[in-house]
Amino acid sequence: MPARSENVPERSDSVPEPSDNALNRFRLGDLDAFESLFRQHQRSVYGWILCIVRDPAAAEDLTVETFWRIHRAHDRFESARPFEPWARRIATRAALDWLRARRPESKLATSDFDQDVADLPSKSTPDPGIAAEIRLKTAQAFARLPPNLRVAAVLSVVEEQPHKDIAAALGISVGAVKLRVFRAIRLLRKDLESQGITP
Amino acid sequence: MKKQDENRIKQLLQQSLPPVDPASEPARDLWPAVLRRLDESEAPLRATVGSAPRAVPWPHAVPWFDWAILAGLVLFAISFPATIPVFLYYL
Repeated sequence: MPARSENVPERSDSVPEPSDNALNRFRLGDLDAFESLFRQHQRSVYGWILCIVRDPAAAEDLTVETFWRIHRAHDRFESARPFEPWARRIATRAALDWLRARRPESKLATSDFDQDVADLPSKSTPDPGIAAEIRLKTAQAFARLPPNLRVAAVLSVVEEQPHKDIAAALGISVGAVKLRVFRAIRLLRKDLESQGITP
Repeated sequence: MKKQDENRIKQLLQQSLPPVDPASEPARDLWPAVLRRLDESEAPLRATVGSAPRAVPWPHAVPWFDWAILAGLVLFAISFPATIPVFLYYL
């Protein structure tokens, strides 16, 4: 499991769990309880989706889609369980659907890659030692990976999320997450090598 | 794949896809959009569940056998016009 660096705030478990009363009312279809849950969790759900899709506008639309799915499934929610992981799992599924529906590279090939990176809210700046062309080719090669491998790799390698959180969000085991990350890195390396980029 | 290669690929990936700022939040309030989405999905349901039964056009509203009885009576009246006063008397 990759160690999270100390200057990166923990994204998971940062939202306090809503009261049992609110969760029970939500389960019965109470719109006010749903709004209260939305206000409490929209930021974390948006942040999680943004990590996966890396497009602020798409992340907003997918946050709306996620909460619509959450409302639609309210009677299947088990109020004894925490809300956050359940919401995150639905959000991950919505983000995966979006990635599957989107043609790989469709955005990267037509727009300025550096502008896209600049639009993404991020604290880190690219290393000037690595040429922009190599970064672009890496991002394009990454976009060509199967969506399920991409999600596991971006959450684990780039966002440094704990494997158990990724496993819970994807509904798979920790071992399966590690395997997906390994396969993603191996495929990425092969793709880059075929383009003459040797890491 | 060597561990060193794997780490280099990971480093390259981190440089190509910088991590998202954990404090990032939506640029607008998304609650109105959620409400609109809920309304859109519930509107077709309301249209089928909440509305009155659909009116059937006039000729189809009367069962076919009623039309058959009426046609028989008309034929009988045309064939035997003298029976019309008797029918009217018993109506």
